[in-house]
Amino acid sequence: MATGTRATSRVPASGVTPVGAVSTGIGVALGSRRAPRGDVWRRFRRNKLAMAGLAVVTVLVLAALLAPVLSPFDPNAIDTNASRQPPGAEHWFGTDLLGRDLFTRVLYGAQTSLQVGVFAVVIATSIGLVAGAVAGYYGGKADTLIMRVTDVFLAFPYLLLAIAVIVAIGRSKGTVIVVIGFLGWMAVARLFRSRVLSVKEVEYVEAARAAGCSDLRIITRHILPNAIQPVIVYATVLVGTAVLAEAALSFLGAGIVEPTAAWGLMVADGRRFLFTSPHMLFFPGAAIFVTVMAFVFVGDGLRDALDPKLR
Amino acid sequence: MGSYILRRLALVPLLVWGAVTVLFVVFFVMPGDPVQQLVGERAVPETVRANIEARYGLDRPVWVQYGRYWRQLATGDLGESYQNRREVSSIVADTGAASLRLATWAVLIEVVVGITTGVVSAVRRYSFVDALTTVSTTMLVAVPVFVLGYLFQYAFGVFTFQNDLPEWLRFPVQGIGPDSWTLFFLPTNGQWRYLVLPAFALASVSTALVARMMRSTMLEVLRADYMRTAMAKGLSERQVVLRHGLRNAMIPVVTLIGLDLGILIGSAVLTETVFNWPGMGTAIFAAILTQDAPVVLGLVLVLVVAYIFINLLVDLSYGLFDPRIRYGDEGAR
Repeated sequence: MATGTRATSRVPASGVTPVGAVSTGIGVALGSRRAPRGDVWRRFRRNKLAMAGLAVVTVLVLAALLAPVLSPFDPNAIDTNASRQPPGAEHWFGTDLLGRDLFTRVLYGAQTSLQVGVFAVVIATSIGLVAGAVAGYYGGKADTLIMRVTDVFLAFPYLLLAIAVIVAIGRSKGTVIVVIGFLGWMAVARLFRSRVLSVKEVEYVEAARAAGCSDLRIITRHILPNAIQPVIVYATVLVGTAVLAEAALSFLGAGIVEPTAAWGLMVADGRRFLFTSPHMLFFPGAAIFVTVMAFVFVGDGLRDALDPKLR
Repeated sequence: MGSYILRRLALVPLLVWGAVTVLFVVFFVMPGDPVQQLVGERAVPETVRANIEARYGLDRPVWVQYGRYWRQLATGDLGESYQNRREVSSIVADTGAASLRLATWAVLIEVVVGITTGVVSAVRRYSFVDALTTVSTTMLVAVPVFVLGYLFQYAFGVFTFQNDLPEWLRFPVQGIGPDSWTLFFLPTNGQWRYLVLPAFALASVSTALVARMMRSTMLEVLRADYMRTAMAKGLSERQVVLRHGLRNAMIPVVTLIGLDLGILIGSAVLTETVFNWPGMGTAIFAAILTQDAPVVLGLVLVLVVAYIFINLLVDLSYGLFDPRIRYGDEGAR
């Protein structure tokens, strides 16, 4: 019965959503004024989940930076007498097969994950912004070409392509960063292009053009600041996605190489001992989960704080 | 309608060409020495190197190799293993069916469970079920599928055994078991006990995404005028929701299911590895461990091409759900 009372006249969106455009749907209003920074923070602060996410991200960054200070152990110190010890007073998260302290390795794993996540997202966002700006600002042939290339990239299963490339050129942290970065730019390009398309018609852009500004200056000084918000939100969530991708690749043996501490590698290491030493698998697994979750919450919080109209 | 289908079909050769070319570039042109990979860690004498290069045509110019690669693919030759000279096409023949069965069940779970929970959650908004759905779908998306797989294994394969819980809660967690099926994908002879855990693990993330999307589109549809009309003419809530609501809310969900197949294929590699399910994913994992590049690339190519064709089918199926979509119109793209 409840359905009848809720009938306001809103027609559902018709037609097919274009591929990849399951977007965050932000800031459609033309030339809407950017919210002042203080307002954004005030709204963000009121969102409990977002604040929890931010707290976790802060803790992760600190853990990664201060790993040598926080733990008395060397992440690579092998102690075969202490093989696969359960969590306890000395080894908080227990030890792995080689007797390495898992708490320490999870901390250093945060270093690896955040490095890969952040640098991969910087690459993906840079490519996406340039592609989106060129396609949206110039339109015409450039637009068609760039969007076709985007379509083709989107037509591949992401993880498979990453595996193929990494197996062919050899695995290392650098390779993983570049590959994840190069496979993640498409959504940024689409998102930014659609924002540029609407912002470039606004009066102040016309004014800048009339005043004789160069295209580069118009794009970077006038369009970018007004079109970047959805990209920032997406990039935040993308860090979590990149962390997840790195963990999956490392788990499969197509990512980070031992003895570097990486959560995916630790899970792979623990799989043989699920029956006797489940801690080997669950602590790094939980670390991946918490990290991804935190970036999702921060991203959601940012989205709501940047555009209160959407709530 | 015709012109849309034609345009969509025309995209297929382009995508297949793109896939083959990308993998060719990855394999033949990028840094990395195929001869060294073939031989292993040992040093390679010049004569041996020359022989190997001649055998695989590596001494020829790139475009000649590219043409040769295409000719091989055209005859169904996907390359052969560096490790044991086994042909990739025979690996596909041995493992393809197992992968297809697991993936089919995962998609079934995704569609049935995802849509049901989404609809229930929308109709009973703010109820306990809705809250539970929202929390669990949010969390599931952040759990790596391989960690979830091991959680399942621990819960049903270790915990239930260690605590003497009833028989029906205990599941085998490794391998495919009797490998016994009828009508290709219906499990028989207790096969289902081996199928349940990997199928649910593989379906997990997609199911969460479908449930969320279903909930939000259903909420939107519930507010539509035609829903009020349907209520007003005296249909039961059940009829209104299922007949008028579901069909209209399905369109974005079908789009999502199509888009999500790419992620599902990636997850399948992980899930099969976790459960030791003898499919193409496990074969890819084995090949990664032995640095067997041709096997990895051959299997990836097969999966990518399969994905391209499945996506084509999904795109063409929109018309079944929404008669308003006329494929010829500009709005359809």
